[in-house]
Amino acid sequence: MKKDHYILGIETSCDETAASVVKNGTEIVSSIVSSQIQQQKQFGGVVPEIASRLHVEQITLVIEEALREAEIVPKDLEAVAVTEGPGLVGALLIGVNAAKAFAFANQLPLIGVHHIAGHVYANQLMHPMEFPLLALIVSGGHTELVVMKSHGSFELIGETRDDAAGEAYDKVARVLGLPYPGGPQVDRLALESEQSIDFPRAWLEADSYDFSFSGLKSAVINYKHNIEQKGGQIDPQHVAAGFQQSVVDVLTVKTVKAAKQFDVKQVIAAGGVAANQGLRKSLTEALQKEGIPFYVPPIALCTDNAAMIAAAGYEMWKSGVRSDSTMNGRPGMPLKSWN
Amino acid sequence: MIWLGIDTANSPLSVAIVKDGELLIEESSMMKVNHSLRAMPAVEEVCRKTSISPSEIDAIAVSEGPGSYTGVRIGVTIAKTLAWTLGKPLYGVSSLKSLAMNGQLYNGLLCPLFDARRSNVYSAIYRMAGEELVSVMEDQHCALAELLEQLKEMKEPILFIGEDVKLHEQSIREQLGEQAKFASFAVNVPRASSVISLAMRAEQADSVHSFTPQYRRITEAEVNLVKKEPTNE
Ligand SMILES: Nc1ncnc2c1ncn2[C@@H]1O[C@H](COP(=O)(O)OP(=O)(O)O)[C@@H](O)[C@H]1O
Ligand SMILES: [Mg+2]
Repeated sequence: MKKDHYILGIETSCDETAASVVKNGTEIVSSIVSSQIQQQKQFGGVVPEIASRLHVEQITLVIEEALREAEIVPKDLEAVAVTEGPGLVGALLIGVNAAKAFAFANQLPLIGVHHIAGHVYANQLMHPMEFPLLALIVSGGHTELVVMKSHGSFELIGETRDDAAGEAYDKVARVLGLPYPGGPQVDRLALESEQSIDFPRAWLEADSYDFSFSGLKSAVINYKHNIEQKGGQIDPQHVAAGFQQSVVDVLTVKTVKAAKQFDVKQVIAAGGVAANQGLRKSLTEALQKEGIPFYVPPIALCTDNAAMIAAAGYEMWKSGVRSDSTMNGRPGMPLKSWN
Repeated sequence: MIWLGIDTANSPLSVAIVKDGELLIEESSMMKVNHSLRAMPAVEEVCRKTSISPSEIDAIAVSEGPGSYTGVRIGVTIAKTLAWTLGKPLYGVSSLKSLAMNGQLYNGLLCPLFDARRSNVYSAIYRMAGEELVSVMEDQHCALAELLEQLKEMKEPILFIGEDVKLHEQSIREQLGEQAKFASFAVNVPRASSVISLAMRAEQADSVHSFTPQYRRITEAEVNLVKKEPTNE
């Protein structure tokens, strides 16, 4: 009989304290996420120092809960995987130091995982990955197109030159006077809307897979400004729908083009903005037309969680990747291949 | 009974192991190196050098602050996680009180101090009463000028302790003159053995999950929030 391999994942890169046990890299046995949204809301965004303080309060509770729910004791584990970066440095340090202490106390190997590799591997918890694949990573801090030829190999083919998609969502939400976090609110308004304002799309150079969203954000601000100067009032629904259409259009067209050029076996979406209903629908339809399988994890696996870190950690563990106790939180960690 | 002690509350680092009431090893460094890089390696090293495995540790003592927010959190996170996963008691000790222990042979007031920028300090006043260190003024975040005024009124010699004392030595001398006493740099080193020795005298352990640092200061974001909120009088 084949032995099962359990990995403990820990994630504290932003405003979620999360821990999870994943079996054989593909099966979630437990996934605990303690969100700070309620506490951070009053500040209109994530305050780094508050995030760090709340992580210290939650960290051992969350890990304990993940182990209890999984009915796993530390000696059943193969390794501890933790988000090493990128993210808020003070927040990362809590997960990293808890992981180091846990690994030492239980004499387990330690693995530092790149947060975005985690988002990509969230898909492995739903469907086996088939290579080559194209990953569209869209979150609060990232907008990237990555080609993977095998496990642990990442080739960046395009990225945002200014704002990340989620950042643009959050900024536009603020312009529309919507509460934090704004992404889901804009998504909801856009879905309900029957009309939309026409905003520009930043295609950049013809052969580029890069993105730019700051012009779009400015266009929304200018539009609101112009209407209000004339004594009028904007319709937030129409603005949200127009903004969303512009973002979704660019993301979809570039993703489909790259999928064809790199002749990939599947396309996956990852990150917080992959929760966006408009984007999910548009990518599903466009890729269906091309006959390319498209997978996007359920919403709970799109936003920050530790199951994705454990899933990526499992592949790294299999490849022999290990960190040592000098691991630090790395706010600007680049996405590097391990294979 | 084996104790592990950790102090990362400010830029110095200290870890120690006490076994059956005797200090086996203590490693302290005043170098400004990121605690996240070296705190766990230091813990591992003192365990390795004393051939103590993690499961043999019976209790954990940690400096709970005040001090550098990030520094305190690193020590507290490590201590909490070790205590929880090993199922051993956790004891938080004031970073100022354990620093004051360096002056335990001094007959007078003890003023441990950490710089808190913009002419502010984290400080407290202690004195020895028999073999115990007793608090004369609670740990607090305050303006240095305010602290010096209070000390002046106490009309007693005061020993200043801590590596940040040198940043303020001039103002201290100006305000307190002969009342202010300074010692060699050797008394400025925070010692994890002092953290352990104070923890050993504690009446009861802290609850592990809910244990948090003693920041002695709310965040700027919270200050601003209070300012913005209309006051209901
Ligand atoms: N339905 C949605 N539509 C658009 N954006 C969304 C949606 N749900 C979440 N987001 C955005 O996703 C981002 C958070 O995703 P996350 O993966 O946690 O980002 P990061 O880890 O880079 O901070 C936020 O910017 C949020 O507004
Ligand atoms: Mg994320």
